[in-house]
Amino acid sequence: MTVKELAEKIGAEILTGKKSLDREVDGCYIGDLLSWVMGRAEMDNVWLTVMGNLNSIAVATLADVSCILLTENAALDNNAKARADMQDIAVLRTEENSYKTALKISELLKEAD
Amino acid sequence: MSVIHLTYEVSGDDFTRAGEASGLVKSKLKKLGYNKDAIRRVAIAMYEAEINMVIHADGGVVDVDIYPDKVEVVLADKGPGIPDVEKAMQEGFSTAPDNVRNLGFGAGMGLPNIKKYTDEMKIDTVLGVGTTMYITVLVKQ
Repeated sequence: MTVKELAEKIGAEILTGKKSLDREVDGCYIGDLLSWVMGRAEMDNVWLTVMGNLNSIAVATLADVSCILLTENAALDNNAKARADMQDIAVLRTEENSYKTALKISELLKEAD
Repeated sequence: MSVIHLTYEVSGDDFTRAGEASGLVKSKLKKLGYNKDAIRRVAIAMYEAEINMVIHADGGVVDVDIYPDKVEVVLADKGPGIPDVEKAMQEGFSTAPDNVRNLGFGAGMGLPNIKKYTDEMKIDTVLGVGTTMYITVLVKQ
């Protein structure tokens, strides 16, 4: 499943990173503490968080996750949006909370297998 | 002799620029064709160390040496030094101030993450003088 397919299937809004939408999604990680995410998230994971700041974009880039998915309509800061566009990081947003979103992702990943 | 030597200055107290140096090293390694896992390990370890410099030491200097089989990073700062390195290495131990925690840092995972993602890690620290960290990531092509 690609980031674009994920966005379509869960009805998430695509905020940035149009060039990265073809990236494959493999697994999911939920967390807002950035070092925790860097220590535990795996490459190609969808990262569910409410942290939409500049540092989140750096973490997504360096930890090489497939995209950031902001849950509960969390805000994406303007400078973070600009950086995400510059670095081709896909940022999606949904109004659902992380738990409900992760359940959906789990189903979709099972279907895709 | 390293294949490529890079030097970056990390400015203190500027979280918006933290990660720039590690981002540049990441793109450089990608262009050179290093494997993805090694690139990710270097990038994360270096970012954590950069963040530490920003939070605790008012910035510093990062030297990166890229060899065919390894990447070495030396991060030197003139900060306060680390009073108890063993304690600082424990997961969850943090002395970061609240404003830093609000940004999502200060989970006490920085040094443990660096250790986790690198093959060698050494810290030289002198109270009141500064800290130098040496990290090495081995690259399996």
